[in-house]
Amino acid sequence: MTDRPDRPYPPGDYPVVVVGSGPGGLQTSYYLRHLGIDHAIISADPAPGGMFRRFPFFQRLLSWTKPYGPVPRDDRFYEWYDWNSLLAEEPENRAIMPTLMDDSSSFPSRPEMELNLATFVERTGLRVRYDCRWEATRRDGEGFVLQTSDGDYRCKVAIFAVGIAEPYKPDTPGFEHAAHYVDTGSPESYAGKRLFIAGKENSGFELATGLLQWAQRIVLCSPRPQKLSVNTHSLLGVRARYIQPVEDQILGGGVFILNASINRIDRRGSPFRIMCSRSEGGAELAVDADEVIAATGFVCPLLDLPDLGVSVFGRSKLPSMTNYWESATVSGIYFAGTIGQGVSGMKKYGLPANSGAVHGARYNARTMAFHVAQKHFGVERARPSVEPSRLVDVLLEEATHAPELWNQKSYLARSFSLDPGKGIVDEGIVPLADFVDVEGPAAVAIAVETDDTGDIHPAVYIREEGRPAVETLLLSQALHDFRTAEHRAQLGSLLSGVTAGAVP
Amino acid sequence: MALSATQLVDTLSGLSLFADLSRPQLEQVAHKMSEESYPVGQRILREGFTGTGFYVILDGEVAIKIDGEERARLQKGDFFGEMSILLGEPPVADVVTTRQLHVLHLGGPELEGFLRDHPPVMYRMLKTMALRLYNVSRVRD
Repeated sequence: MTDRPDRPYPPGDYPVVVVGSGPGGLQTSYYLRHLGIDHAIISADPAPGGMFRRFPFFQRLLSWTKPYGPVPRDDRFYEWYDWNSLLAEEPENRAIMPTLMDDSSSFPSRPEMELNLATFVERTGLRVRYDCRWEATRRDGEGFVLQTSDGDYRCKVAIFAVGIAEPYKPDTPGFEHAAHYVDTGSPESYAGKRLFIAGKENSGFELATGLLQWAQRIVLCSPRPQKLSVNTHSLLGVRARYIQPVEDQILGGGVFILNASINRIDRRGSPFRIMCSRSEGGAELAVDADEVIAATGFVCPLLDLPDLGVSVFGRSKLPSMTNYWESATVSGIYFAGTIGQGVSGMKKYGLPANSGAVHGARYNARTMAFHVAQKHFGVERARPSVEPSRLVDVLLEEATHAPELWNQKSYLARSFSLDPGKGIVDEGIVPLADFVDVEGPAAVAIAVETDDTGDIHPAVYIREEGRPAVETLLLSQALHDFRTAEHRAQLGSLLSGVTAGAVP
Repeated sequence: MALSATQLVDTLSGLSLFADLSRPQLEQVAHKMSEESYPVGQRILREGFTGTGFYVILDGEVAIKIDGEERARLQKGDFFGEMSILLGEPPVADVVTTRQLHVLHLGGPELEGFLRDHPPVMYRMLKTMALRLYNVSRVRD
């Protein structure tokens, strides 16, 4: 098979194979190429975009791109204001998303997001073998063989960025009669109907919000009360843009939000009868509906990877992973994109990282690419030295502005090793859970964290050689600018001790 | 260990901590707590670190270590993390996985409301904590 421009990466042997052309696969491929790691990237889709080729249905994305940030768009710190562009080393390839939006909202529409990803591919010259479906996997010596619709790919490392994309419905009797979220019809088709939505996560509330003006009645139902992001101080829970149904319920406007488990769904003729048990008290409740939609989530389409020994867990069948997103049970198999949310990290105060969204997954992908290059191919990335007298300012600047730290709070950290012989060396962005658990050389890492009151502050982790890291929380600041004299004094005092006075 | 919704509720019904709950209540527990997985050798609770959570082991094993010295092991059905949350103090021990771990997790700030919503769980937790205290006292004697 020849390497045609429109059909690159023919079947054969590659050091790495990346599967998927959504944001996770594209970001991983970009950084593998940047590091000089030869690889193939294949995708079952005909074009880039992954899930953004289809979802979300009615609404704009939940991730913002604020066109007018306080720094130029090609500045790294602008990434905090633009959650949707992929990362690039070349300034001209950064911040593509805001150039494609029509200024009507800070949340891009689905077509705008799809175009954003296609433009990234075009501008960076990434090549993908589209319409090439991964179908099976087997071991091959120290590596793997990925069987695809185009033939076999042998590789030392396989990276799967296939999303959490396979519709999931509970095994409760009658759910087979319900439509899944992905099968939702046009809004007009629900005009005047009684709609029952199983599930109170964002997808359920997205549908309810989009169908408020059409449906006669909407019932949202799941066993526990919905969480709201404004209450959890994180992206955990229903986002602010989808809480109109909550207000409609409060005002008695034809929306009902039930805390109940669904025992079965009966279908007698056209309408449905949903039999529920209230979570509070267990009382039985029957709800009649014309349409039932299961907004009950998705599972990872990992095909036969579990047969290969890849351990999976939970309702989404996420793979069990290390802190560098490598399978915990099969070395050489990695995961990128939204699947990365299977790595919990520190999860302080129960707040998850944003690995399920582009603005978190893009940093995970870059960090993973560096790790794969170093671990499997011996490619070391640059580790510039830092003047001891500058370390405190650099750390506080990172805590104030670094998009990795703000997008992945308590999850990714900026690290510097404190080797007396080599001086202070920039170790880059690292998974925080790995930093605090690995016994390495003396080092410091800084992260941004939110506590249970919603207070946002830097956290410093100092590791002395051969000893576990010690946590110190720095002060919060009303405008989130941590470059104050107080912060300098607090951090300087911490570092002066561990560097024997090298850091003043 | 990927469990279906029904299998997860079945599993919970077999754990002593949740033994007094009805099926709808077990379903609510399954929705309130998140499933997580950790590789061997990872610390789940870290001595002196803030913002910890409450964990119930579904599969696997952890070791409780103080100053690097192993004091106990916990397995399926056991729970940990509640002491630190209830006292509002960072953990005084590390909890480290000795086998791949599959747990249910609840963020620290949610534990009080969870226990108030499910008094039978609170009672079972109290009994377990009393037993742990008794065992510690007996060893000291």
